[in-house]
Amino acid sequence: MTTTTPEIERPIVPGLGGRSASRTVKNTVATAAVWLAFLIALIPLVWILWTVFSRGFGSLLHVSWWQKDQSGAGAPAFDHSLRGARHAVVGTLLMGLATAVIAIPIAVLTAIYLVEYGRGRVARAVSFMVDIMSGIPSIVAALFVYAVWVTTLGWTLIPLCSSLALVLLMVPVVTRSSEEMIKLVPNELREASYALGVPKWRTILRVVLPTCFSGIVTGALLGLARVMGETAPLLLLASYTQYLNQNVFSGSMAALPTLINTQSLNIAVPIAADRVWGAACTLIILVLAMNLLGRFIARFAKVHK
Amino acid sequence: MSSTGASIIDELPGPDGRRPLSGDQAGTGRLGDRIFKAAASGAGGIVVVLVVLVGAFLLITAIPALRGNTANFFTSRDFTTSPLHFGIVQLLWTTVMSSIIALVIAVPFAIAIALFLTQYAPRWLARPGAAVIDLLAAVPSIVYGLWGAYVVAPKFVPVQDAIQTVFGWVPFLKGVPSVSGGTTILFVGLILSIMILPIITAISREVFAQTPMTHKEGAIALGATKWEMIRTAVLPFGKPGVISASMLGLGRALGETIAVMLILSTIPNGAPWTWSFFNGGSTFASLIASNAPEAISDMRQMGAYIAAGLVLFVLTFVVNVIARVIIERRKAFTE
Repeated sequence: MTTTTPEIERPIVPGLGGRSASRTVKNTVATAAVWLAFLIALIPLVWILWTVFSRGFGSLLHVSWWQKDQSGAGAPAFDHSLRGARHAVVGTLLMGLATAVIAIPIAVLTAIYLVEYGRGRVARAVSFMVDIMSGIPSIVAALFVYAVWVTTLGWTLIPLCSSLALVLLMVPVVTRSSEEMIKLVPNELREASYALGVPKWRTILRVVLPTCFSGIVTGALLGLARVMGETAPLLLLASYTQYLNQNVFSGSMAALPTLINTQSLNIAVPIAADRVWGAACTLIILVLAMNLLGRFIARFAKVHK
Repeated sequence: MSSTGASIIDELPGPDGRRPLSGDQAGTGRLGDRIFKAAASGAGGIVVVLVVLVGAFLLITAIPALRGNTANFFTSRDFTTSPLHFGIVQLLWTTVMSSIIALVIAVPFAIAIALFLTQYAPRWLARPGAAVIDLLAAVPSIVYGLWGAYVVAPKFVPVQDAIQTVFGWVPFLKGVPSVSGGTTILFVGLILSIMILPIITAISREVFAQTPMTHKEGAIALGATKWEMIRTAVLPFGKPGVISASMLGLGRALGETIAVMLILSTIPNGAPWTWSFFNGGSTFASLIASNAPEAISDMRQMGAYIAAGLVLFVLTFVVNVIARVIIERRKAFTE
């Protein structure tokens, strides 16, 4: 940075005598501060992962954790081999699947609309609403589904209701990521396809979407990971049950977050604490696995930023 | 792509100055084209309709409860649903204060981390570093709640005691003897700050990374140190993005439910009330989540919670609109 000029040739201008001490100190302090901020931010992540894995991973090693639900011989005294979290794992996966089945088509089509069709004010309004939707708190989404399903239509709550609330949370995430990916598809590909006489809809389906398919899958997985960890809508809409239920259209259905919430009332009891941290560990593994899978798929994307 | 679900990159022209694609009107008007266009537009329409319906249904279903309310909705601190006697003052205070505390802690950290990842970090660290911060967003909020309530809160008690001893004379920092175990508004704010850190960092990172190279090189050529370059080129360029990222983070903090519910000490109805950060309380979201499941079969009582939810919806709506408007203005500025 500094050139080595002989002392005698340096022009004698006040204030240009090299970098003053205070500027150097400020620069060093700033460098140290940003490093420190980054390192401090790692503390909670490491602490959380360590807490959850050290307290919860033990429960996952029991075969019954994956094979049994919480129904058992009613006595409070029981051991790990009697009950497990199968009902909650199955519930989380089923409700997540139902959410994905509804949300992904809406989100991808909305993204296609925004990139390929939308123009002017209408497109801006849709884009604006996607932003607003991504800011809707999960508990508000749950109240909305309640207001429609129970108050207005007078139906009884079923596990699908919480999936419907989760749809509201998943659509904006997947729309935004799909939109980003579709925009990355080079326009030349579309133009080449049009030039060959391929209609626009076939161009989108056969050229645009296959090109950015892995990116869309990544976005869908990240969105799904987000909603599977959601608790608030389930508290309101999917009452917890200790029995395995594999039907999203009737009854109550357990999920990992509601299992945690129910059992955390007795967290002072060791067996309840085992279940709480075990379920937290299962949930975090599930969510992180989907995140990592999404990022892994993104590596094989045909289009990159 | 970040897992925070928010991005502004698509709002901006690409590095080559090209605007994002918009509809190219290449449709041929054939049946297939018409059907496909209708499906895509319909999906976009669903999104618009859904958001409007959320507001409409919350309002309509809250009206009967609001009519039967015997307290003033905007000035009462009570929240009882049988009989209907509820107001939002306490909820509003707890919600807004915990979120603002979260913001005050999170924003400086987010800016510093975003600067670190875009300007300081060695190449091998920048990408994995960003991914690690994004992982904080992937941790389910109930895990934050468990960790905060049962692991961190007991360790945080001495810190809060120290703050009370030193700053107890500040009106908002008076000790509250009835709340023990460290589960205070201040502590909730701290945990919320960790939860909103990734979203603010991710967006700040995107805008900082877009600082024009000419601005940075200009500053360096004028003899600026790295920090001076950041202060004069990167930060001014990124300011609107950071503000709007903070608003999005604020929106998340306002609506956070289960972590707050697990952590924050609730105050029984009629307990003495103080405007202290060391008090407990309920936010809109945590009150709804903890009390509404018991009232789920009683539509009249649920109306009160839906009314609270409506206020929360309006609050987050306004915050998100502000964030969006700032981005739009920045877009006009950079184009």
